Amino acid sequence: MEKLNQLSSSAVPLPIEDIDTDQIIPARFLKGISKEGFGENLFRDWRYDKSDKEIEGFVLNNKIYQGQILVAGRNFGCGSSREHAAWALGDYGFRVVVSSFFADIFKGNALNNGILPITVSDAQLDRIFRKIEENPETVFSVDLPNQVLFDSAGISIQFEIDAYKKECLLNGYDDIDYLLNMKEDITAFEQKQNV
Amino acid sequence: MAKTLFDKIWDAHVVKEIAGGREVIYIDNHFIHEVTSPQAFAGMKARGIGVFRKSQTHATADHNVPTKDQHLPIQEALSRKQVDTLIENCKEFGVELYGLGHEKQGIVHVIGPELGITQPGKTMVCGDSHTSTHGAFGAIAFGIGTSQVEQVLSTQCLILKKPKRLRITVDGELQTGVSSKDIILYLISKLGVGGCTGYFVEYAGTAITSLSMEARMTICNMSIEMGARGGLIAPDETTYEYLRGREFVPAGPAFDEKVAQWKSLATDADAVFDKELEFSAHNISPMVTYGTNPGMGIGIAEGIPDQESDSFKKSLAYMDLRSGEKLEGKVIQHVFIGSCTNSRIEDLRQVADFVEGKIKSPDVQVMIVPGSKKVEQQAKEEGLDKIFEAAGFELRQPGCSACLGMNEDKIPSGEYCISTSNRNFEGRQGPGARTILASPLMAAAAAIEGKIVDVRKFLN
Ligand code: SF4
Repeated sequence: MEKLNQLSSSAVPLPIEDIDTDQIIPARFLKGISKEGFGENLFRDWRYDKSDKEIEGFVLNNKIYQGQILVAGRNFGCGSSREHAAWALGDYGFRVVVSSFFADIFKGNALNNGILPITVSDAQLDRIFRKIEENPETVFSVDLPNQVLFDSAGISIQFEIDAYKKECLLNGYDDIDYLLNMKEDITAFEQKQNV
Repeated sequence: MAKTLFDKIWDAHVVKEIAGGREVIYIDNHFIHEVTSPQAFAGMKARGIGVFRKSQTHATADHNVPTKDQHLPIQEALSRKQVDTLIENCKEFGVELYGLGHEKQGIVHVIGPELGITQPGKTMVCGDSHTSTHGAFGAIAFGIGTSQVEQVLSTQCLILKKPKRLRITVDGELQTGVSSKDIILYLISKLGVGGCTGYFVEYAGTAITSLSMEARMTICNMSIEMGARGGLIAPDETTYEYLRGREFVPAGPAFDEKVAQWKSLATDADAVFDKELEFSAHNISPMVTYGTNPGMGIGIAEGIPDQESDSFKKSLAYMDLRSGEKLEGKVIQHVFIGSCTNSRIEDLRQVADFVEGKIKSPDVQVMIVPGSKKVEQQAKEEGLDKIFEAAGFELRQPGCSACLGMNEDKIPSGEYCISTSNRNFEGRQGPGARTILASPLMAAAAAIEGKIVDVRKFLN
């Protein structure tokens, strides 16, 4: 997993609520057998029309908005458990997603793929959207060690992250590394429980 | 200390507590399928590790398989590649596969219970969010991402934070024509798609305990649609009777011993939940959804509500529906009866019972897709296939089918489909497809009329 520590970037706004994983990556694009290449189909049906032409007006097709930070409406990532949603975001180039609420499985999947989900309040989210609207080039910075999201003109938001997950992100560790070192405990547990 | 059912199962599976309030949880059974497993196997190959507990791992091909001519090679190259990759991985890693054409093949959440792999007190996972289905047996079952599939394949464990506990009690008797699908659509419409995020739900109350196992599975299946990690129901006589004699369930005295253990799996009378909600079954009527998430549901007699938000407006525009409009009388072009929510033998029987002697409207296409090979076979043994044929319903072969539109079973853009599946997201059943979620009975009635009707009118 790629490490994350500090990041500064402009942001892409997507002020829609309840964005589900079928929008992030529609099921018909889940046929890959590697983790690469999903970025092409990120938000596919919002980005392209039936004849694969870019849909004007969708934010990813608007060159004004660019960056490694996606700012999305409440309840981002609901729906399926497909990790392809996190891979698609990562493959497209996002490292941070900001929203006022995340679906559970998506949040876990993001963290397992080096993408940081930052939960802010509804009011803070509104403020961030307004900032981007006023000036699409606004640069936001993420300081993971200190758990702060800020810009140069007054926004400074302390965010929560589970201590364990923070360590993993900072060091690029996966849960699997930890678990693989626990085989003895696991076998002992099986014997005790008679599995 | 008094414990909830959830706590009892969870606590019995803690291998170790680690930093940050996380725990290493042992997983009893793991289901895998073609879509969310290839990258996990690839990861294991890269690390040079094998499957830790093969006998606790079960594989099937369901998400992207064709539901016609399953004896022929899969036409679509990418789908074929994915299914072939599963076959190769299962062979290489020594995992038993119920592949296409196998007598045990089917949608993971249909075959687990049907084979008796799903049992009370277990922890079960699958790279699919509707793994919550298995909770109907009093198991902790939930969907995981592919990184976690890799973790469970290689260690039979996951690092998790214990969710909060929520009990939803539904008391009272259901009206005729109202089914468990309506209960869950009703709950989601009241609680919202994010309403239970962070919680694991226990369903209780007389309206729940009076349900069959199939009907309970429909409820637990859709727990995820309100954001819950999963949902479970305490096992009882209905559960034991369902499991008796199934392939993976011990027989004879060993079965009685199991039942004796399972009897301890109930929430203690004085156990405390983080949150409790109560509903009355009398208030529930046949439900339909009008929008693009499962929380956008109304009783069949109600009009579509009005909301200011852009997301709401976008959703109605996608569905080409208006606030105030009623869905009763809405002309539809497709009916899909299937998916892990409603494709079990009981669902098929119920539909057959209703349509026997009736003929579908000439203007609709009706697809009925059994959840498993066993369901398909049983439907044929019982002569349900003849009833469907006479009614003009096309009985297909098992798979996820039009639930997620990964194979060729898609709803054309702009057309309406009344569907017994679990998600009405934009494009879920195909780009531009408009999905109306409902119960099998409501779907069957719409098939006959060519438009959405209140099934109770047929039944009274
Ligand atoms: S039937 Fe639909 S919801 Fe169920 S496992 Fe298949 S794709 Fe997922």
